[in-house]
Amino acid sequence: MMEQFLAWFPLDISLIAANFDRFLYGVWLTLNLTFLSLVLGGLIAIPMAIARASRHRILNPIIWAYTYVFRGTPLLVQTYLIYYGVGQFEVIRQSWLWDPILSQAWWCALIAFTLNTAAYSTELLRGAIVDTPLGEVEAAIASGHSKWGRLRRIILPSAFRRAIPAYSNEVIFMLHGSVVASTITLQDILGVGRWLNGRYYLAYEGFITAAGLYFLIVLAITFAFRKAETRYLRHLTRRNT
Amino acid sequence: MDLIFEYRAQLLSGTLLTVQLALASLVISVIFGLLGAWAKLSANRIARRFANAYTTLVRGVPDLVLIMLVFYGGQVTLNNLGEALGLWGYIEISQFAAGAGTIGVIFGAYFTETFRGAIMAIPRGQIEAGISCGMPRGLIFRHIIWPQMVRFALPGFTNTWLVQLKTTALVSVIGLQDLVYNAFTAGRSTGQLFTFMAAAFVIYLTLTAISDIALRALDRRYSVGGVRA
Repeated sequence: MMEQFLAWFPLDISLIAANFDRFLYGVWLTLNLTFLSLVLGGLIAIPMAIARASRHRILNPIIWAYTYVFRGTPLLVQTYLIYYGVGQFEVIRQSWLWDPILSQAWWCALIAFTLNTAAYSTELLRGAIVDTPLGEVEAAIASGHSKWGRLRRIILPSAFRRAIPAYSNEVIFMLHGSVVASTITLQDILGVGRWLNGRYYLAYEGFITAAGLYFLIVLAITFAFRKAETRYLRHLTRRNT
Repeated sequence: MDLIFEYRAQLLSGTLLTVQLALASLVISVIFGLLGAWAKLSANRIARRFANAYTTLVRGVPDLVLIMLVFYGGQVTLNNLGEALGLWGYIEISQFAAGAGTIGVIFGAYFTETFRGAIMAIPRGQIEAGISCGMPRGLIFRHIIWPQMVRFALPGFTNTWLVQLKTTALVSVIGLQDLVYNAFTAGRSTGQLFTFMAAAFVIYLTLTAISDIALRALDRRYSVGGVRA
């Protein structure tokens, strides 16, 4: 795809090559923000999904409200609210949280992304848990599993596997969403692209390089998930008889 | 709270622009989605390839990158093209056109998948029954495919539309004075960024909640007579 672009457009390839180390740093920043928030958000999502699926009397409505609010508003606004908004309060600016964390764009992006992906992952995992075939649960009860043992040995492993296809979409959406970081001064892939275009007064080079890099990452993610699906969902594929 | 009231005109005009932009891009993406679904399901191999390349490319590149590429790059391309062909002079792409056009084309790719799945869910025998009754193609589409396609597509449509509505927030980055942009400038000038971003947050939440409720009501209407598992 990228080669076709390069052949078609009169791009200044030498400029891209000269600044490629910056782009590589951008790739690193994009990847670490995306995957750290996915890991942290995923970890928060697991107990929340369990509470939602088991219809915990107090926690369920609270978590529902959280996921509804975070899924109903743009990631850009969430990020702005944390990065630009929190500084409005004198209390926070005086607190120990301000200097190392809340005044830093990277931390604000990480917090916003984590809260966002946690909301989506919670609903996704809740769906997978609720859809667990009843027979699996009955078999677990029949073989004498406790409530916790059932969850840990049967329901969660089964739900995680069935959530893989939908989760691959969430991972790609999170990667796409991470471009928001470039709007709060961070030099992620798009940030470097914007910097290059601004610095040399270009129209395409920075954006097209960024587009190509994102495309490659998406291809890699898709490939990895396809591998994971064939491995972990083998029991659900149709047999060739 | 008083400050928000003071800046209500700015917030309202931003909200209005966000809604207009979202609806304009929705029209574009539904057209692209129908064309894409038609191409993916057609017997023509070139059409299928083209549609596959379109959906793959869009899924691979973040929306903001494409919006910026169209807004900054498209401007130069159009003018170079006009100069080379001598057909038109200097054109300026409006931020609204760049935003609505790009978001429309991007979400057209997601609607392509939604509509394709919905058309495939219609039992083939019903269309054959239509043919054997001597119905012309337009009539088959209107009476058999469309009502059922809407029914099967609505849940996916609702999801995609909600994402699309939220994505329009990105146009503030290319300087379009939408809800985020106006809330941000109001917050900057008053030094109360949290207050105004929170206001924008609540307005977006209201917009998505209204869409959600309305589309669910529509879903119930179109599900009449259908059996839900």
